[in-house]
Amino acid sequence: MLTIDRATYDGIVAHAKRDHPDEACGVVAGPEGSDRPERLVEMVNAAGSPTFYEFDSTDLFQLYKEMDQNDEEPVVVYHSHTATEAYPSRTDIGLASEPGAHYVLVSTREHGNNEGPVEFRSYRIVDGEVTEEEVTVVDELTASN
Amino acid sequence: MAIEVRIPTILRNYTDGEKAVSADGASLSALIDDLEANHPGIKDRLIENGDLRRFVNVYVNDEDVRFIGGLEAELSDGDQVVVLPAVAGG
Repeated sequence: MLTIDRATYDGIVAHAKRDHPDEACGVVAGPEGSDRPERLVEMVNAAGSPTFYEFDSTDLFQLYKEMDQNDEEPVVVYHSHTATEAYPSRTDIGLASEPGAHYVLVSTREHGNNEGPVEFRSYRIVDGEVTEEEVTVVDELTASN
Repeated sequence: MAIEVRIPTILRNYTDGEKAVSADGASLSALIDDLEANHPGIKDRLIENGDLRRFVNVYVNDEDVRFIGGLEAELSDGDQVVVLPAVAGG
Protein backbone atom coordinates (compact mmCIF):
# COMPACT_ATOMS: atom_id res chain seq x y z
CA MET A 1 0.00 0.00 0.00
CA LEU A 2 1.10 3.55 -0.72
CA THR A 3 0.39 6.06 2.04
CA ILE A 4 0.83 9.63 0.86
CA ASP A 5 -0.09 13.00 2.33
CA ARG A 6 -2.65 15.24 0.68
CA ALA A 7 -0.22 18.06 -0.20
CA THR A 8 2.15 15.69 -2.03
CA TYR A 9 -0.74 13.97 -3.80
CA ASP A 10 -2.09 17.35 -4.92
CA GLY A 11 1.40 18.43 -5.99
CA ILE A 12 1.78 15.42 -8.28
CA VAL A 13 -1.68 15.97 -9.79
CA ALA A 14 -0.99 19.69 -10.33
CA HIS A 15 2.31 18.87 -12.05
CA ALA A 16 0.62 16.38 -14.36
CA LYS A 17 -2.13 18.88 -15.27
CA ARG A 18 0.36 21.66 -15.86
CA ASP A 19 2.53 19.61 -18.23
CA HIS A 20 -0.37 18.06 -20.14
CA PRO A 21 -0.35 17.14 -23.06
CA ASP A 22 3.28 16.16 -22.41
CA GLU A 23 4.05 13.56 -19.78
CA ALA A 24 5.13 14.90 -16.39
CA CYS A 25 7.58 13.00 -14.18
CA GLY A 26 9.30 13.17 -10.83
CA VAL A 27 10.02 11.43 -7.57
CA VAL A 28 9.02 11.71 -3.94
CA ALA A 29 12.08 11.07 -1.83
CA GLY A 30 11.99 9.82 1.72
CA PRO A 31 14.37 8.56 4.41
CA GLU A 32 15.99 5.23 3.43
CA GLY A 33 13.93 2.27 4.53
CA SER A 34 11.09 4.43 5.86
CA ASP A 35 8.60 3.98 2.99
CA ARG A 36 7.56 7.58 3.68
CA PRO A 37 7.22 9.82 0.62
CA GLU A 38 8.22 13.16 2.14
CA ARG A 39 9.97 15.37 -0.41
CA LEU A 40 8.36 15.97 -3.79
CA VAL A 41 10.90 16.60 -6.54
CA GLU A 42 9.41 17.58 -9.90
CA MET A 43 11.73 16.60 -12.72
CA VAL A 44 11.91 17.97 -16.25
CA ASN A 45 10.78 15.51 -18.89
CA ALA A 46 13.84 15.69 -21.14
CA ALA A 47 11.87 13.88 -23.84
CA GLY A 48 9.21 16.65 -23.82
CA SER A 49 6.77 14.17 -25.29
CA PRO A 50 3.13 13.11 -24.92
CA THR A 51 4.16 9.46 -25.15
CA PHE A 52 7.54 9.23 -23.42
CA TYR A 53 9.35 10.56 -20.40
CA GLU A 54 12.96 10.53 -19.35
CA PHE A 55 14.81 12.39 -16.60
CA ASP A 56 17.65 14.49 -18.02
CA SER A 57 20.87 12.58 -17.30
CA THR A 58 22.54 15.48 -15.47
CA ASP A 59 19.41 16.17 -13.40
CA LEU A 60 19.21 12.45 -12.60
CA PHE A 61 22.78 12.48 -11.33
CA GLN A 62 22.18 15.56 -9.17
CA LEU A 63 19.01 14.04 -7.76
CA TYR A 64 20.69 10.79 -6.73
CA LYS A 65 23.66 12.65 -5.30
CA GLU A 66 21.32 14.80 -3.23
CA MET A 67 19.32 11.79 -2.02
CA ASP A 68 22.55 10.00 -1.16
CA GLN A 69 23.75 12.96 0.92
CA ASN A 70 20.38 13.11 2.72
CA ASP A 71 20.20 9.32 3.28
CA GLU A 72 17.09 9.29 1.16
CA GLU A 73 15.78 7.01 -1.53
CA PRO A 74 13.10 7.40 -4.21
CA VAL A 75 10.02 6.19 -2.35
CA VAL A 76 7.72 7.18 -5.23
CA VAL A 77 8.59 7.45 -8.93
CA TYR A 78 5.70 9.10 -10.77
CA HIS A 79 4.77 10.02 -14.30
CA SER A 80 1.63 10.85 -16.21
CA HIS A 81 -0.12 9.33 -19.16
CA THR A 82 -1.92 11.97 -21.14
CA ALA A 83 -4.03 9.92 -23.55
CA THR A 84 -4.25 6.50 -21.96
CA GLU A 85 -5.16 4.94 -18.64
CA ALA A 86 -3.00 5.16 -15.53
CA TYR A 87 -1.50 1.71 -16.01
CA PRO A 88 2.20 0.97 -16.71
CA SER A 89 2.95 0.64 -20.42
CA ARG A 90 5.23 -2.07 -21.76
CA THR A 91 8.01 0.52 -21.89
CA ASP A 92 7.36 1.52 -18.28
CA ILE A 93 7.66 -2.10 -17.20
CA GLY A 94 10.78 -2.77 -19.27
CA LEU A 95 12.60 0.27 -17.91
CA ALA A 96 11.47 0.15 -14.28
CA SER A 97 14.67 -0.05 -12.26
CA GLU A 98 13.68 0.77 -8.68
CA PRO A 99 12.24 -2.46 -7.28
CA GLY A 100 11.71 -0.79 -3.89
CA ALA A 101 9.73 2.17 -5.23
CA HIS A 102 6.03 2.80 -5.61
CA TYR A 103 5.43 3.58 -9.27
CA VAL A 104 2.63 6.15 -9.41
CA LEU A 105 0.75 6.69 -12.66
CA VAL A 106 -1.56 9.65 -13.16
CA SER A 107 -3.80 9.95 -16.20
CA THR A 108 -4.82 13.38 -17.42
CA ARG A 109 -6.69 12.03 -20.42
CA GLU A 110 -10.11 13.19 -19.21
CA HIS A 111 -9.60 16.79 -18.15
CA GLY A 112 -6.17 17.73 -19.50
CA ASN A 113 -4.99 21.04 -18.07
CA ASN A 114 -8.37 21.75 -16.49
CA GLU A 115 -9.92 21.16 -13.12
CA GLY A 116 -11.43 17.76 -12.57
CA PRO A 117 -10.54 14.38 -11.17
CA VAL A 118 -7.61 12.35 -12.46
CA GLU A 119 -6.82 8.67 -12.21
CA PHE A 120 -4.08 8.25 -9.59
CA ARG A 121 -2.85 4.67 -9.21
CA SER A 122 0.20 3.00 -7.70
CA TYR A 123 2.14 -0.15 -8.58
CA ARG A 124 5.13 -2.21 -7.67
CA ILE A 125 7.17 -3.21 -10.71
CA VAL A 126 9.67 -5.97 -9.94
CA ASP A 127 11.39 -8.14 -12.57
CA GLY A 128 8.82 -7.20 -15.18
CA GLU A 129 5.90 -8.03 -12.91
CA VAL A 130 3.30 -5.37 -12.12
CA THR A 131 1.29 -5.44 -8.91
CA GLU A 132 -1.25 -2.73 -8.27
CA GLU A 133 -1.58 -1.52 -4.70
CA GLU A 134 -4.00 0.57 -2.72
CA VAL A 135 -3.38 4.31 -2.33
CA THR A 136 -4.26 5.90 1.00
CA VAL A 137 -4.25 9.68 1.16
CA VAL A 138 -3.81 11.13 4.64
CA ASP A 139 -3.90 14.74 5.85
CA GLU A 140 -0.40 14.42 7.20
CA LEU A 141 2.18 11.66 7.45
CA THR A 142 2.54 10.80 11.12
CA ALA A 143 4.69 8.29 12.95
CA SER A 144 1.83 5.78 13.00
CA ASN A 145 0.92 5.85 9.31
CA MET B 1 45.09 1.80 -9.36
CA ALA B 2 41.67 1.93 -7.75
CA ILE B 3 38.48 3.43 -9.04
CA GLU B 4 35.34 3.46 -6.95
CA VAL B 5 32.26 2.33 -8.84
CA ARG B 6 28.86 3.12 -7.35
CA ILE B 7 26.34 0.40 -8.13
CA PRO B 8 22.60 1.10 -8.40
CA THR B 9 20.08 -0.98 -6.42
CA ILE B 10 18.98 -2.95 -9.46
CA LEU B 11 22.52 -4.26 -10.12
CA ARG B 12 23.53 -5.03 -6.55
CA ASN B 13 22.65 -8.68 -7.01
CA TYR B 14 25.95 -8.83 -8.94
CA THR B 15 27.93 -7.25 -6.11
CA ASP B 16 26.63 -9.20 -3.10
CA GLY B 17 24.52 -6.20 -2.19
CA GLU B 18 27.48 -3.81 -2.12
CA LYS B 19 26.64 -0.19 -2.98
CA ALA B 20 30.16 0.48 -4.21
CA VAL B 21 32.97 -1.71 -5.46
CA SER B 22 36.53 -1.05 -6.48
CA ALA B 23 37.78 -1.75 -10.01
CA ASP B 24 40.67 -0.98 -12.34
CA GLY B 25 40.95 0.23 -15.89
CA ALA B 26 42.52 2.98 -17.95
CA SER B 27 39.28 3.45 -19.86
CA LEU B 28 35.62 2.86 -19.08
CA SER B 29 35.69 -0.13 -21.40
CA ALA B 30 38.62 -1.70 -19.49
CA LEU B 31 36.94 -0.88 -16.18
CA ILE B 32 33.78 -2.71 -17.23
CA ASP B 33 35.85 -5.76 -18.25
CA ASP B 34 37.49 -5.70 -14.83
CA LEU B 35 34.08 -5.43 -13.15
CA GLU B 36 32.89 -8.40 -15.19
CA ALA B 37 35.87 -10.48 -14.03
CA ASN B 38 34.82 -10.02 -10.41
CA HIS B 39 31.06 -9.72 -10.84
CA PRO B 40 30.12 -12.01 -13.73
CA GLY B 41 27.02 -10.96 -15.63
CA ILE B 42 27.22 -7.25 -14.88
CA LYS B 43 28.76 -6.34 -18.25
CA ASP B 44 25.72 -7.52 -20.15
CA ARG B 45 23.57 -5.16 -18.08
CA LEU B 46 25.73 -2.21 -19.07
CA ILE B 47 26.69 -2.94 -22.66
CA GLU B 48 24.72 -3.99 -25.70
CA ASN B 49 26.17 -4.54 -29.17
CA GLY B 50 29.49 -3.08 -28.10
CA ASP B 51 28.08 0.19 -26.81
CA LEU B 52 26.64 1.48 -23.55
CA ARG B 53 22.99 0.55 -23.22
CA ARG B 54 20.66 3.37 -24.16
CA PHE B 55 18.98 3.43 -20.75
CA VAL B 56 22.05 3.10 -18.57
CA ASN B 57 23.86 6.26 -17.54
CA VAL B 58 27.48 6.21 -16.43
CA TYR B 59 29.18 9.22 -14.89
CA VAL B 60 32.86 9.83 -14.30
CA ASN B 61 33.50 12.45 -11.64
CA ASP B 62 30.01 13.91 -12.12
CA GLU B 63 30.19 13.97 -15.95
CA ASP B 64 27.94 11.84 -18.14
CA VAL B 65 30.43 9.66 -20.06
CA ARG B 66 28.46 10.21 -23.26
CA PHE B 67 29.98 13.70 -23.28
CA ILE B 68 33.54 12.57 -22.59
CA GLY B 69 34.15 9.70 -24.99
CA GLY B 70 31.70 7.01 -23.91
CA LEU B 71 33.38 3.64 -23.46
CA GLU B 72 36.70 5.21 -24.48
CA ALA B 73 36.53 7.77 -21.67
CA GLU B 74 39.88 7.79 -19.88
CA LEU B 75 40.09 6.98 -16.20
CA SER B 76 42.74 7.57 -13.60
CA ASP B 77 43.44 6.49 -10.08
CA GLY B 78 40.98 7.99 -7.62
CA ASP B 79 38.23 8.67 -10.16
CA GLN B 80 34.69 7.97 -9.12
CA VAL B 81 32.34 6.18 -11.49
CA VAL B 82 28.60 6.18 -10.87
CA VAL B 83 26.16 3.91 -12.69
CA LEU B 84 22.50 4.97 -12.75
CA PRO B 85 19.73 3.40 -14.78
CA ALA B 86 17.70 5.97 -16.67
CA VAL B 87 14.38 6.90 -15.12
CA ALA B 88 12.23 6.71 -18.21
CA GLY B 89 9.15 5.15 -19.70
CA GLY B 90 6.25 5.72 -22.01
